[in-house]
Amino acid sequence: MQRRETVMKQFFRCVLLALLLCFPAAKAAMAATPAELVRELGEADFARKAEIARELAAADAGVAVRVMDAMIAGTFYVTAEGRGVVESGGTYTDVLTGQAVTVADPYGLNQVIANNRLRRDLRGLSASLSLMSPDESLRRSAAQAAFAAHDPEALESIEQALAVEKNGAIRAVLEQARANILLQGGEADEAQKLSAIAILVSRGDQEAINALMRAAGDDSAKVRTAVAEGVETIQSSLAYWAFAQNVIYGISLGSVLLLAAIGLSITFGVMGVINMAHGEMIMLGAYTTFVVQQTIESSAPALLPFALLIAIPAAFLVSGGMGVVLERGIIRFLYGRPLETLLATWGVSLILQQAIRSIFGPTNKAVSSPAWMSGSFDLGHLTLTYSRFWIVLFALLVLAALMLFLKRTHFGLEMRAVTQNRRMASAMGVRTNWVDALTFGLGSGVAGIAGVALTQIDNVSPNLGQSYIIDSFMVVVFGGVGNLWGTLVGAATLGVVNKLLEPYAGAVVGKILVLIFIIFFMQKKPRGLFALKGRAVEA
Amino acid sequence: MIHRLLDRFGLSGAFYGVLLALALLVPLLNLAVPEGSPFHVSTFMVALLGKYLCYAMLALALDLVWGYCGILSLGHGAFFALGGYAMGMHLMREIGPRGVYGHPVLPDFMVFLNWKELPWYWLGFDHFSVAMLMVVLVPGLLAFAFGWFAFRSRVTGVYLSIITQAMTYALMLAFFRNDMGFGGNNGLTDFKDIFGFPLQAGATRNAFFVASVAALAGAYAIGRAIVTSRLGKVLVALRDAESRTRFIGYRVEKFKLFVWTVSAMLAGIAGALYVPQVGIINPGEFAPAASIEAVIWVAVGGRGTLVGAALGAVLVSGFKSWFTGVFPEVWLFALGGLFVLVTLFLPKGIVGTLMARCGGPKPQAAVKAEKAETEKRALEQGA
Repeated sequence: MQRRETVMKQFFRCVLLALLLCFPAAKAAMAATPAELVRELGEADFARKAEIARELAAADAGVAVRVMDAMIAGTFYVTAEGRGVVESGGTYTDVLTGQAVTVADPYGLNQVIANNRLRRDLRGLSASLSLMSPDESLRRSAAQAAFAAHDPEALESIEQALAVEKNGAIRAVLEQARANILLQGGEADEAQKLSAIAILVSRGDQEAINALMRAAGDDSAKVRTAVAEGVETIQSSLAYWAFAQNVIYGISLGSVLLLAAIGLSITFGVMGVINMAHGEMIMLGAYTTFVVQQTIESSAPALLPFALLIAIPAAFLVSGGMGVVLERGIIRFLYGRPLETLLATWGVSLILQQAIRSIFGPTNKAVSSPAWMSGSFDLGHLTLTYSRFWIVLFALLVLAALMLFLKRTHFGLEMRAVTQNRRMASAMGVRTNWVDALTFGLGSGVAGIAGVALTQIDNVSPNLGQSYIIDSFMVVVFGGVGNLWGTLVGAATLGVVNKLLEPYAGAVVGKILVLIFIIFFMQKKPRGLFALKGRAVEA
Repeated sequence: MIHRLLDRFGLSGAFYGVLLALALLVPLLNLAVPEGSPFHVSTFMVALLGKYLCYAMLALALDLVWGYCGILSLGHGAFFALGGYAMGMHLMREIGPRGVYGHPVLPDFMVFLNWKELPWYWLGFDHFSVAMLMVVLVPGLLAFAFGWFAFRSRVTGVYLSIITQAMTYALMLAFFRNDMGFGGNNGLTDFKDIFGFPLQAGATRNAFFVASVAALAGAYAIGRAIVTSRLGKVLVALRDAESRTRFIGYRVEKFKLFVWTVSAMLAGIAGALYVPQVGIINPGEFAPAASIEAVIWVAVGGRGTLVGAALGAVLVSGFKSWFTGVFPEVWLFALGGLFVLVTLFLPKGIVGTLMARCGGPKPQAAVKAEKAETEKRALEQGA
């Protein structure tokens, strides 16, 4: 790497030297230092300014790019002492060092102005300098800028850069930039244009379509058909990518639905208790996250990146505890009367909402994201945000943990025993009352965990739960009551269907269509995709 | 004395009596008694009482399906709101060229949205008779279609409750959209008059009040006719033991569908009377929370009694009006507490409990079914 850079630097000096040889006047000043050149810029005429810029480029490319960009923008000044500074929003930086400097007398500054011709020269020089820069990210962005500008005058510097560029990705962008220029220009022959079209098609995004469309009126019929075909190819591949992106959005939505519904599939699915306060358990989890984060921020800021992780058990305990209280206090008196349970828990949900509103106020609370959850990454033409990615993973983890818990632990065994045959379980010595309470607590606690995840993508407000309750019920009912696999499939299906409908029907109509779809689905399979069979059905 | 009256005329007689007294006294006290007098009923009060009576009618409709048929609808607000929208559309057309933008035909919100002509589904609403037909027809058809599918495939219990809730939720989302052509977020409002009588005038308000009383009495008569007929016996039977009723040979889904559709139509009429008295209809009426609030009216009053539902609606709404005025912050605590306390400690509701205590007419089979359920549960618990 180091060696390559030195080679690059050397080559880059040679190229500039070759450039400079075209200007005999420059030879004399070869020995001048960047500082001298910058001082001279203050007095030079336009022709001399261009020469100085070239000399500067040979002496110190970094400084040269800074000077030229500032001159193009009209923010380059020379102070009375002959130092070059760049102004930006009232502050000044020295071009030689890149450090901020204070200017004692802003009115004594001499602005280095440029006319259109000089600006064009500078732009070309600056672009080719950036294209040759040893810094990879700078080269990449310069190549992308060259593609976007498709300026015929930049062709030469692009060719030069291509001759030395080793990085495959940057080479590709450079080739696309060259293809873009060749395609617009009148000089290139048909064969060149056809290969340019092929290169642009391989780029395959909207900008490539735009570039191709500009050549739609080409003189050659062959080129015109190639352009039309290319545009079509890109558009159809873009359609696939858009579809894939929607599927990914759908999976992301599905994971949110899954999180919201897992808890419900225990309380409603396994116990048969219809808990309208389920959304409020999610909300309690979200507010617990908020409180945990506030506490950590004030008492142990070092732990802040892990606040979310700490909030997970806290939210489980808070919501789970509330669930146990709810079960012991209200629901156990209403077993066997599902409609009354529905009403009573709705009342509880109103009380919880108002309680949170009274304590924390009606406005949204901000829960910040740790660094590892912010930002996004690209996958082909797809964009994924890290928060969504982690939530998908987290939802699957929670589901897996819950399944393991139900299948592999003693309590899970007792829980399944009680739901399958309460009397026999009781006869075998299972304390059914406690199993009821703890099962309800478990379902509510999982809802609390969902609340932790939802803080990352939704507003933490007292109404948070309300927006999920109907969707959660839909997922559980659709997937089939009492079946965690059903919940997974239900959530994923509803999420993906919802997002696939959205581009055609709009968000609201898409949602309505999904609701109608479920209502019709329930005609066919009143007990969901994965219906329980046998005696449990009538229980 | 109440006891003796109840014995003499029965609960129905008492209910009709109270309604008659209301229909006579309230307009009299509003129009004939001077404003300074302590017996004067303000025009605002008349409209408020009229609103409560519309709620009472909605509750009665809900009790018909919940109390006698075992269908807990969490979406009856949808039928109420649809009836209200039909009425609102007529009132919008009555405004004519007097809107803010002065367009001869289009309501203001359509002018605002740059619509050029009236959508087809607004045609005919300038005729009162068409609008009234729609008030009954639209909720009725929706309920029929919904019930047809739901009952035929034997969606029952909480499943049905949840899909009724989804139905009203979907309608709410739809009506919030501007391009639905129902005024979007703001709904329909700024009504001017009906048959040329200004809506704000005291006389019109009294007329609407009397109409609401009459409608409630009519709804009660229909409800009583249904539940005291042989059909009503089948309804109670299928509520308490649906499978058994089916095995005996009754087509339960047909019975359910009939009552469900009638109930939706009654709710639509209640909504149509509600809109001119409150002066606005917006998608908020479709909110699932509004429908569940109607359920608590029935639960408080006593389900399976009809009278209780109406009483519960008036009591709870009156309590809400007073409470939100005095302690606006705590209203949700009170409402939530009401849900919990009523289901836990007053499962029969006020009227049901009173009837059981007075030894009056049997408070319907609701209580019996409950007892059976509790026993079943106790057996299961192995207690």
